[in-house]
Amino acid sequence: MSDRREFLKKTGIAAGAIAASSALRKAEAATTPFVAPPASPAVAAPMDAATKELLMEALNAAKMGGASYADARIARYRDNQVFTREQQIINVVDQDSMGCGVRALVDGTWGFAATRNLTKAGVAGAAREAAAIAKANRIARDRAVQLAPSPSYPDASWVTPHTIDPFTVAIEDKAALLLKANAEAMKVPGVKYVFSGLFFRKQERNYANTDGSVINQIVLQSWPLMQITAVAPDFSDFQNRGNVVQPAGRGYEYVTECDLPGNSGKWGEEAAQKLKAKPVDVGRYDLVLDPSHLWLTIHESIAHPTELDRAMGYEANYAGTSFVAPPEKYLGKFKYGPAFMNIRGDRAQAGALATIGYDDEGVKPDDFMIIKNGVVNDYQTTREQASWLKWWYDQQKQPTRSHGCSYADSWSSVQFQRMPNVSLMPGEKDLKWEDLIAATDRGIAIQGDGSFSIDQQRFNAQFGGQVFYEIRGGKITGMLKDVAYQMRTPDFWNAMDMIGGKSSYRLGGSFFDGKGQPGQVNAVSHGAVPARFKQINVINTGRKA
Amino acid sequence: MSFPKRLFERTEVPDGAVLSRNESKSLIDRVVKMSKAESVQVNVGGGYSANVRFADNQMSTAGGITDYTVVIQSSFGKKHSVVTINDVSDEALQRAVKQSEDLAKLAPDDPEAMPALPPQQYQEVNAYFDSVANLTPADRAKAALTALDPARKAGDLATAGFLVTNASSTALGNDKGMFAYYRSTNANYTVTVRTKDGTGSGWAGGEHNDWSQLDIAGISQRALEKAKLSRAPVAIEPGRYTVILEPQAVGDLVQLIGGYLDARSADEGRSPFSKQGGGNKVGEKIMDERVNLFSDPFDPRVLSRPFDGQGFPLGKQVFVENGVLKQLFYSRFWAQKQGKVATGAPTSYVMSGGDASVEDMIKGTERGVLVTRLWYLREVDPRTILYTGLTRDGTFLIENGKISKALKNFRFNESPLFMLNNLQTLGRPVRLAGTEAGGAIVVPAIKVRDFNFTSLSDAV
Repeated sequence: MSDRREFLKKTGIAAGAIAASSALRKAEAATTPFVAPPASPAVAAPMDAATKELLMEALNAAKMGGASYADARIARYRDNQVFTREQQIINVVDQDSMGCGVRALVDGTWGFAATRNLTKAGVAGAAREAAAIAKANRIARDRAVQLAPSPSYPDASWVTPHTIDPFTVAIEDKAALLLKANAEAMKVPGVKYVFSGLFFRKQERNYANTDGSVINQIVLQSWPLMQITAVAPDFSDFQNRGNVVQPAGRGYEYVTECDLPGNSGKWGEEAAQKLKAKPVDVGRYDLVLDPSHLWLTIHESIAHPTELDRAMGYEANYAGTSFVAPPEKYLGKFKYGPAFMNIRGDRAQAGALATIGYDDEGVKPDDFMIIKNGVVNDYQTTREQASWLKWWYDQQKQPTRSHGCSYADSWSSVQFQRMPNVSLMPGEKDLKWEDLIAATDRGIAIQGDGSFSIDQQRFNAQFGGQVFYEIRGGKITGMLKDVAYQMRTPDFWNAMDMIGGKSSYRLGGSFFDGKGQPGQVNAVSHGAVPARFKQINVINTGRKA
Repeated sequence: MSFPKRLFERTEVPDGAVLSRNESKSLIDRVVKMSKAESVQVNVGGGYSANVRFADNQMSTAGGITDYTVVIQSSFGKKHSVVTINDVSDEALQRAVKQSEDLAKLAPDDPEAMPALPPQQYQEVNAYFDSVANLTPADRAKAALTALDPARKAGDLATAGFLVTNASSTALGNDKGMFAYYRSTNANYTVTVRTKDGTGSGWAGGEHNDWSQLDIAGISQRALEKAKLSRAPVAIEPGRYTVILEPQAVGDLVQLIGGYLDARSADEGRSPFSKQGGGNKVGEKIMDERVNLFSDPFDPRVLSRPFDGQGFPLGKQVFVENGVLKQLFYSRFWAQKQGKVATGAPTSYVMSGGDASVEDMIKGTERGVLVTRLWYLREVDPRTILYTGLTRDGTFLIENGKISKALKNFRFNESPLFMLNNLQTLGRPVRLAGTEAGGAIVVPAIKVRDFNFTSLSDAV
């Protein structure tokens, strides 16, 4: 049995070196045939006959149960996680869940059932249960559900573009990378604790619906995470530097590119520097926000309120409604921000977490402008919801179609509307972060996402960050701490007066965005450029017990 | 409201969905037999979960889910790893066992790994009620109608709600003969009613292990009344106010304390319970002397699992007694290191109360704010458990002992520690329909002074 030091020596601490160990390869081979990392984006193999047969069995049973429409998903969801602190492994987790979920529309009412029992009897039983639940709910129905038309895709497939499947990388290489990064951070005086991890997801999704679509897709997601804590020698204060790297819809090559060992010293310095930072004076400041921070503000104050189900009251009992409602008062009318503000929804950006070939009701997503030249132009939709906006699409001479935002977080969850990649488009001039700082006389620059909270209609929000810099006369003059800004969504976006250009566009995101009852989690990405906001209310969050 | 049980109706829970003690034991034994590790721990948990959801006065989705998962933790000395799988065929289990062993062998030593627990004694908790297990989709649809019918009839109201019922089991065992099993049911109902003019919103909820203890129609009615009362709110200046927090709002903040009770963080100087200069604050008075906070799996209001995720037996644990911090969580490793007794991680919380009703508190208030619930709580400063969040679904002004107006919602920046130091009156404890932080909890309504509202929100 080798100790940790030998373990590190053995693996050579070659940061990011990919050497799938034979042991893990064997373990992997036992589950799926081992495939050598392809040099170019992978292509999904056709759906296997047994899975397709089960899907057809489920659809037939739903139809026999009275369904006018049904879809079935047989999927395998895998998670692989390695977590470490300082110089030790906290845990290695491998999760693997398979099952079948069937959704049935009977007489205009939905029913859903899911089972882990992947036999013909099991999936047919779930399909009958879904139809029976739909029928039982008929007594409480008001309007009948109607689905916007969508083409069928009888033999479609899609795979997250990647070069290395993270599930083929040896756990020892993953651990070595993290421990090396931790060691670099711990070298910084004042840094006392480091938490780090690698979190990977692989979803093998097989889908079929009664319109004739048969689709299989493989989704890969990777997230290197790290939090570094510096503690004052007298225990009077501690400061964290976390959320250092954004999660991505990519393979293990992304982890290598992020170079945790090469950057963790810098993040450690930032944590230690925060201990000595000047507490912010409350007041109004011009804020210069980095994409690593702004993605979350976009997520909360634009992406959520333009979900059509929220706007129509479908999330009133939990996630909330939206101030961007009713749609007829906002579409084409409401000025969300300045004329140079354009917000796009898409599920096609390379590396983004919502990127996919087909959504969870078989729709091929399109790109659409949620905010066009500063004005509300569209909402995020599914097939059920798209028909609610037919009047608007007719007026715009556009087809009434779903934007492909249907998503379920597991085979055991019913699909509903979840956000695509919702991004702030670059400005015409190719300005950079430095250009925005240089143009600012008295302000605060914020990087990284921190504390966040927003009301249930997405009006009033408060955001912290990871690192805060004071700007004086166009220059960064020092670090600040205990900074948070409070804002009212339309005032905030209309106060935006400068944005970066194409070359400063970055993606930010999270593995965990909650919505729905029962609660479901999805992974989100938002592209953004650096942006400046005039005279925003800044508060000081520091206080002693 | 309870529905009469029909004669000869068989349970709606699909056969085999909830594993019995024997089924759990034999599944765990199967895995233990397959294991070649020095030690193996196996968790088996799952069951049947059914729900109905409605919104905009309309049925939205409804479902039934059957699943259970097997969690295998293999250890070789101080090396370990966890593999989770939901396929219980021999072939899949063999694969998962082997995978967890392969991963564990590759993992470096965990210097904090603890040896497997020997067999433990557990006290039985009877939290499985047929009143929940026998519910049908039609029963759930009828429950939804208790909100849908009156809201549709009112014409100017729109309701959205969610009812979820669970019948589940969880079991834990290892190769040293330790075995723990718990079976439970739960029903949780929450409902929101909004006025169609968009100016008013009311919420109510309830939860119990026993369906017959849940007054579904009463909950719907409360949300309806609150919506009507909350119409056309007015703005008042943010600032520090005397505030009456209904139990849900109290629980949203009090439950957060649970996340900071870890002894290790305190001893290491990164917790609100760290003592300046080193050590922790156990034994110090941290809040008003009327505050008592404990966990007890046998409390009939909030029956819960009598063992933690490691199989450690859970009895009653007192965290705050008469305002004094009595205890923090000691993991087995940290307890050994610090020379303390290890404690299990609790599965529910109770804050004891007094006997004032919310109406009494309103009567005794010259000027103050009544808060129904809180929303989107996020940590602002871990050193003080300072959180920000917003009021939601029923915020009212109290003047001269009466509710005088509906108020616009506030954002607050407040800590449950500050709040429970500023305590004025304690109400009767009730079981909540969960909180944002999750978990089962019983808390009273309270009246406090100087609650810190920092800005207004236009959100309804």
